[in-house]
Amino acid sequence: MNVPIRSAFAAAAATVLAVASTASITGAAQAAWEPLKPVDFVIMAGKGGGADKMARLMQTIVEKHDLSSKPLIPINKPGGSGAEALIHLKQKAGDDHTIMVTLNSFYTTPLRQPALDVDIMTFTPVARMAEDTFLLWVHADSDINTVDEFVEAARAAGNDWIMAGTGKGQEDELLTTFLNNAYDLDMKYVPFKGGGRVAKELAGKNANSTVNNPSEQLGFYEAGKTRPIAAFTPERLELFSDAPTFLELDQDFVYFMQRSVVGAPGMSAEAAAFYQDLFAKVFASDEWQTYRHDKSLYGDLIAGDELKAYWQRERAIHEVMLKEIGEI
Amino acid sequence: MEILTHLLEGFGIAFLPLNLGLAIFGCLLGLFIGAMPGLGSVNGVAILLPLTFLVPPTSAVIFLGAIYYGAMYGGAISSIMLGIPGASTAVATTFDGRPLARKGMADRALVAAATASFVGGTISIVLFTMFAPPLAAVALVFGAPEEFALMLLAFATFIGLGGDDIPKTFFSILIGLVLSAVGLDIVSGQPRLIFFDIPGFFHGINFLVLAIGIYGIGEILWTIETSHKGIEVSQARLSIPRFVDSLRSLAGTAKTMVMGSFLGYFVGILPAAGATPGSLMAYGVAKSISKDPDSFGKGNVDGVVAPESANNAASTGSMLPMLTLGIPGSPTTAILLGGMVIWGLEPGPMLFIEHTDFVWGLIASLYAANLFALILNLAFIPAFIAVLRLPFTILAPVIFILCLVGGYAPTQDMHDVWLMFLFGVVGYLLRKLDYPMAPAVLAIVLGPLAETSMRQSLLIGHGSPAIFFERPISGAIMVVAIVLLALPLIRLVRRAVRRSADA
Amino acid sequence: MRQAELVLALIMGLVSASLMWKSAELPVGWIPDEGPGGGAFPFWLSAGMLACCVWILIRWVRNPTGVAADEGPYIAPEARSQIIVVTIALAVMIGLVHIIGVYGAVPLFLVFYLRGLGRHGWKLTTAFAVATPVVTFFFFEAALKITLPKGYTEPLFYPLYDWFM
Repeated sequence: MNVPIRSAFAAAAATVLAVASTASITGAAQAAWEPLKPVDFVIMAGKGGGADKMARLMQTIVEKHDLSSKPLIPINKPGGSGAEALIHLKQKAGDDHTIMVTLNSFYTTPLRQPALDVDIMTFTPVARMAEDTFLLWVHADSDINTVDEFVEAARAAGNDWIMAGTGKGQEDELLTTFLNNAYDLDMKYVPFKGGGRVAKELAGKNANSTVNNPSEQLGFYEAGKTRPIAAFTPERLELFSDAPTFLELDQDFVYFMQRSVVGAPGMSAEAAAFYQDLFAKVFASDEWQTYRHDKSLYGDLIAGDELKAYWQRERAIHEVMLKEIGEI
Repeated sequence: MEILTHLLEGFGIAFLPLNLGLAIFGCLLGLFIGAMPGLGSVNGVAILLPLTFLVPPTSAVIFLGAIYYGAMYGGAISSIMLGIPGASTAVATTFDGRPLARKGMADRALVAAATASFVGGTISIVLFTMFAPPLAAVALVFGAPEEFALMLLAFATFIGLGGDDIPKTFFSILIGLVLSAVGLDIVSGQPRLIFFDIPGFFHGINFLVLAIGIYGIGEILWTIETSHKGIEVSQARLSIPRFVDSLRSLAGTAKTMVMGSFLGYFVGILPAAGATPGSLMAYGVAKSISKDPDSFGKGNVDGVVAPESANNAASTGSMLPMLTLGIPGSPTTAILLGGMVIWGLEPGPMLFIEHTDFVWGLIASLYAANLFALILNLAFIPAFIAVLRLPFTILAPVIFILCLVGGYAPTQDMHDVWLMFLFGVVGYLLRKLDYPMAPAVLAIVLGPLAETSMRQSLLIGHGSPAIFFERPISGAIMVVAIVLLALPLIRLVRRAVRRSADA
Repeated sequence: MRQAELVLALIMGLVSASLMWKSAELPVGWIPDEGPGGGAFPFWLSAGMLACCVWILIRWVRNPTGVAADEGPYIAPEARSQIIVVTIALAVMIGLVHIIGVYGAVPLFLVFYLRGLGRHGWKLTTAFAVATPVVTFFFFEAALKITLPKGYTEPLFYPLYDWFM
């Protein structure tokens, strides 16, 4: 029943299009694929979080430099730690006008909720725009300046030591579990909604430590409220050069938050090429490079099969980590 | 004095021709966006973002401030005229605004709402100017236990707002709370109450879906039934003498306005609380201090003035945690935060020191926006009244379409439109049997805040409720809340005892 | 009224019970050192709903007052058919949005309501049926950048997007 209606409309539309295109498009325009309608730009997280801010920055860059003939329309789908967004994309299989900004819940949510039946490897890789970094933060009024002092204080406090973080079974808790295991601690993990809120809990002394991204703590750090004592990066961050990496402290541990853009599964090759090119331009823009520098972001642009291989690797790492904390 | 200098500079910025034009245009746009059920100041941001590379950040934020204020004023219009709260902040305005409109006094309600909004906005901006930094410190120490105590206090202030039927009032509160639990359990990270595995439930049940369903679709069905007996929706008229009379009658509500403004502002500055609990508490307090509490809910102007002054004051208040702590108190401030990142401004304690032009330009533009919103709003009242005089058979389908689009816009998911339809029909059927609906709508707003903060607190306190009383701020609020909750119960028991003694 | 009170209380009781059952998918008890489990909040609140329904039912049997004692009709008979028609029309409109989109369903609904139920003239009906979607498009899609569902009519909008987005 649906097919005849659809084809009738398609035929009508084709006529309209043909008229429109003969009027406006000259010969050369045949080559590249362009979006026909506004692009759904799904954000796998709520409004105001790190992923949301970054997505809106990307959207703004696209509009500012007029990189796309149709706008990207941001839609937040934070439900179920990203489960809602993943299912939405899965249902949009074959759609050329739906792309999504992801974070690490892209790996963890399908692993923790196998009932969703989402295979992230079927999604169309577009671009990895950045890897966000993590640091271990304490309040500036505390006497803790080094990881040794942190371990001593946290061990003495035992289960009364509050580690605030975002979400359950996600990045912040994985890092907390790592610290608990590596230093034989018993910190209590308390989940809050959003990284900004977590940062504030530390600044307001309602938590003892956090593992925020630089972008979330920067404001309080500059105001002298909080202090980073170690970084989960391979090398020290320029902005926080006093904070050693865990590698320097003989802990073989590095952890990033991916910020990548994916397309719906089964997207046409032409559309995928368009988006890859689009986000390569966004990546190369001055605004994005400034943002990367200011917020201490890591990671170069990767796309296509390279991005897929990266997902494969990262998913395997997260599977091990989730098993370790007993979430799966 | 330094502050005054900054403020004067801010006014200099706000009254530049470009900024002034943006402020007026923003107010107008905000007014219409706010008056549309389902749309609020958040949607204004869609226009703001592309604008940010046409004009400097300060002008952009002035535009946003104008949209924000315009939308706050506009929210009251939808609440009074259609009985549909366009945003959670305007729920309390429907309680008395709608009955006033039904009695043919929509003009009085609209004038009262506009004036109260203006007073609330003005008082809060003065408070903001003078006490921003010290209050930021208070907001900073406000943790999960304090948040829970505040939510309990909000529940306590409106416990008396339900109908006379006790089991049905409780049922309404409880179903609202249960619906608010749908989605994700943030503490365990598990999906919860995902009925029939429909993915649309993952994002939970938006307050707007319930409010538009009940107050939009349910209300129209209700009116279709009652209008068979020949009642028109509203027959307001407007003339200069009536207008002057409306203004004069507002003199008696000055006390309520001031109370609402202060209460709204102080609740608004607390992170995560925002304008909704503030407006509800103001309504509850206005009712309890009124000489004539029984007339509340039947069209008392004080019942419009209290929440409207409070929600505007609270919107200014909620800018404080955003600017000083970088924590969004509402979706709108969340997007504004995102915008600031795009402009290269870092929200947080340093903003007041490093970007004084931005901060004070914003504050000055809020003053300006407040004034323009009042003028525009008053100017448009005749037009709004004219809409109400349309025959109901035209108004009803247009409102249905507003509901359809308004239910879809926030999440852009048809799932929510179907839910809204379901809530509308069920709400209509329940309401016919005297189930009060307002408690359910309020509960769905406050429920998630209350549950999350309670469980976070218990997690911190090793499962012991003592944590709520050990901390000074939380302890004090808890005691007040418990006393307020206990009062009606004591009264009930006493009445029962007296009745049995009589018998 | 009296019958409706009974039926609705029974239905709501069933709803409460199924909500309790659904909530019990997550732990509903008190977890030592943590507080209530993930399902506790909705579970016990649904239990409260059930208790309210039982209360209403007991009152219905023992001491009916108000609507429970009202022998009048639940929905005014003269309005009943119109309420049903409007409800169905609404459902049909929402259903049609999936197929022919907002811009197809809204004019159809307006024509049905204004002409069929409201008995307004064709001139007024056509004016509303045309103006409403046009205003909606410019306000929501062009100005606010909120794309509304279009179903199978989507391709018809491609040229509009070219001009206005």
